[in-house]
Amino acid sequence: MNGATRAEVCVVACAEAWRGDGEMLAAAMGTCSILGARLARLTFEPGLLTTDGGALLTAEPVPLGAPAGAVEGWLPFREHLWLVQNGRRHVMMGASQIDRHGNTNISAIGDWARPSSQLLGARGAPGNTICNPTSYWIPRHSTRVFVPKVDMVSGVGFDRAAELGPEASRFHALRRVVTDLGVFDFRTPDGSMRLVSVHPGVDVGQVSAATGFDLEIGGDVPETRRPTDEELRLIREVLDPASARDREVRA
Amino acid sequence: MGAVMSVEEIVGSLESGMTIGIGGWGSRRKPMALVRAICRSSLTDLTIVSYGGPDVGLLCAAGKVRRVAAPFVTLDSIALEPHFRAARQSGAVHFTEYDEGMFMFGLLAAAHRLPFLPTRAGLGSDVMRVNPGLRTVRSPFEDGEELVAVPALTLDAALVHLDLADTRGNGQYLGPDPYMDDLFAKAAVRCYLSCERMVEPGELAGPPQTLLVSRMHVTGVAETPNGGHFTDRGPGQPRDEAFQRHYAASAAGPEAWAEFTGRFLSGDEAAYQEAVRQWHEEERR
Repeated sequence: MNGATRAEVCVVACAEAWRGDGEMLAAAMGTCSILGARLARLTFEPGLLTTDGGALLTAEPVPLGAPAGAVEGWLPFREHLWLVQNGRRHVMMGASQIDRHGNTNISAIGDWARPSSQLLGARGAPGNTICNPTSYWIPRHSTRVFVPKVDMVSGVGFDRAAELGPEASRFHALRRVVTDLGVFDFRTPDGSMRLVSVHPGVDVGQVSAATGFDLEIGGDVPETRRPTDEELRLIREVLDPASARDREVRA
Repeated sequence: MGAVMSVEEIVGSLESGMTIGIGGWGSRRKPMALVRAICRSSLTDLTIVSYGGPDVGLLCAAGKVRRVAAPFVTLDSIALEPHFRAARQSGAVHFTEYDEGMFMFGLLAAAHRLPFLPTRAGLGSDVMRVNPGLRTVRSPFEDGEELVAVPALTLDAALVHLDLADTRGNGQYLGPDPYMDDLFAKAAVRCYLSCERMVEPGELAGPPQTLLVSRMHVTGVAETPNGGHFTDRGPGQPRDEAFQRHYAASAAGPEAWAEFTGRFLSGDEAAYQEAVRQWHEEERR
């Protein structure tokens, strides 16, 4: 099929981040990422656990913004922070800046001591990245986000993890980065970012131009897989009938 | 045993320069009536320890804060807290920036009267760079692993807001998340508890595991109806999103903020609640 919108391609690309994870928490921030976690659970990764966006583990994946309905567990913030340490969790976070080794910044732009723009603060990014698998969802791929050097390392990248040594970094695992233009990972000898696929309608040059550092790009970059008919039905009719995804990624 | 106190008596017992922990999380179940009373007080030079929300923002806007220790400051439905941003960008406040889990370990250490607790959270990140006082500790066992030693976040006072409390100072939460309010109470030399509604001892019904804060940790308890406004509280008392948007929009410039403070923050708590009621009435027209 294929009248899939860019946002729908992104939802499926986010869902793919959790493929093979089995029985662990799929924690997500951002509309397409949350939809991706729930879609993965509804299709190829039924063992995943997902929340209502709050403290409840829902018995079934719920539509965006819907009440939890039946519940299978309790995950208040204290338990969530404990789970980070325990590791049975794969989180997909956002990032205001990301560099070629996957260091990310959600804390502040400019000099940390007196920032030109104070953002959220480190939140759980340091613990997430050093304790459990982490992916990123970035709705607007640009040179403002993909920078040579982030201003503050909130999320730990591969070069920083390598400096810590094999013991301290043994749970560090950056899996993939999904943007509105393509899919990326770090499966290169020095853990630098690699272009895995471009979304339908995007060309490689466009991705390079929107990236403020040199990406690893192989000879023949494939296209991101398109949603199946069943995935489109689940996204459109079950998980996001109000099309919140189109407010995050323009069609 | 917690004494029943007024909001003014609680704030009157605090001192400038104190380290004060504030319970809740982001824009959720914050002791806003107590925060508003601190804004009205002569207290200054405070260190605020908080999973930060509009509590931190209001206190920064009122010039009460020397230092903020927090893993984030957010309004949840509005990602960035405008007054905290302004205070950071003008250099008006110092910031001790932690990871969320690190922060919890700091409260746990204080609650257990330990000097620190070890964790991986923070390793490799710039949290270590911007907090040069943080140290690491090496495991004495065969693994020899190096970990962050999170120092105890010991508090001079903690302020928490629960849905219900009894006159002895036992507190109960009704929503799905206790946040860290019991840890704040245990990490503090003195804890003050405000509640939406106060009942007699023995009248806190419901599952015993919702009895979060014990009177053994509470110095004073105050009934503050709607005192968590405009943050999210228990069932039936969601965040006042319209008013929060008005609060955030009013931070845009000195004139808008002067108008907001003149209308909502220049009288006592009863005047605040009445001004909010009138504001909503006008908005409905």
